[in-house]
Amino acid sequence: MAEIKQAARPLSPHLQIYRWSWTMAMSIAHRATGVALYAGTVLIAAWLVAAASGPAAFDTAQAIAGSWFGRLVLFGYSFVLLHHMAGGLRHFVWDMGKGFDPQTRMNLAKYSVVFSGGLTLLVWIVALAVR
Amino acid sequence: MQSNSSLRTPLSRVRGLGSAKSGTGHFWLQRMTAVSNLVLTLIFLGIVIALAGKPYPAALAILSHPLVAILMLLFVVSGCVHMRIGMQVIIEDYVHGEGAKIAAVMANTFFAIAVGAACAYAVLKLSFGG
Repeated sequence: MAEIKQAARPLSPHLQIYRWSWTMAMSIAHRATGVALYAGTVLIAAWLVAAASGPAAFDTAQAIAGSWFGRLVLFGYSFVLLHHMAGGLRHFVWDMGKGFDPQTRMNLAKYSVVFSGGLTLLVWIVALAVR
Repeated sequence: MQSNSSLRTPLSRVRGLGSAKSGTGHFWLQRMTAVSNLVLTLIFLGIVIALAGKPYPAALAILSHPLVAILMLLFVVSGCVHMRIGMQVIIEDYVHGEGAKIAAVMANTFFAIAVGAACAYAVLKLSFGG
C-alpha cells in the first residue's frame, strides 16, 4: 500500500469532537487496560523471579506487595485485569453476531463496569478472608 | 476493472492467505487465547490469593506442585501470545512511519518473549526444586 502523503488535508473527527458515550468510553478502556496489563506482566515476572531466587528475595517481594502502596497497585491491577476480561466477554457476544442494537450495546458497556467492579471487590473480600 | 498482471483471479487470491500471508490467523489466535485467558486468569488469581501472606516454605510448596506449575506455564504462554497480538494491533493503528512501525513490532515481540521466558524459567525452577 502506498504511503499517505502529508498534505494539509482536513482530519476526520476524533476524540475531542465526539460526544462521550458509554460504548466509546468502554472501547477506549478496553484498549487502555490492555496496554496497562502489558506493562503489568513485568510485575508478575519480577514476582516469580523473586520467588525462584530464594527466601530473601521472595520475602522482599511479598513485603512490597503487602505494603499499603503494594496493595493499592494490586487492587488497581486486579480491577484492570477483570475489566479487560469484561471487555473481552463483550467482544465474544459481538463475535457471535449478537448485541448490536443500541440498547443492548449501551447496557453491555455500562454493566461491564458494574461486573468488573463487583468481581474485583469479591476477589478482595475472598483474598482478605482466607489469609 | 483492474488489470491482471498474473493469471490468478482476485477471488483465488482472497481464498489463499492474502498479501500478508497470514489471513485471519492473528484474529483467530486472539480469540483462542482470550478464551484460554478467561479460565487461566481466574486460576492465577486463585493461586495468588492462596500465596498472599504465606512464608517462603509454604509458598514454595504451592508453587512447586506440578498442577500449579503447569497451569502457571499455560497462563504465561497464553497471556504473552495474547498481549503480543493486542499490542501489535495498537502499533499498527498509531505508528505510521514504516521504519518505526517495523522497529516497534519487533520490540513488541522481543518484550513478549522476554517476559514469557522469565516467567516460564522461574516457574520451572520453582517446580523442579527451588
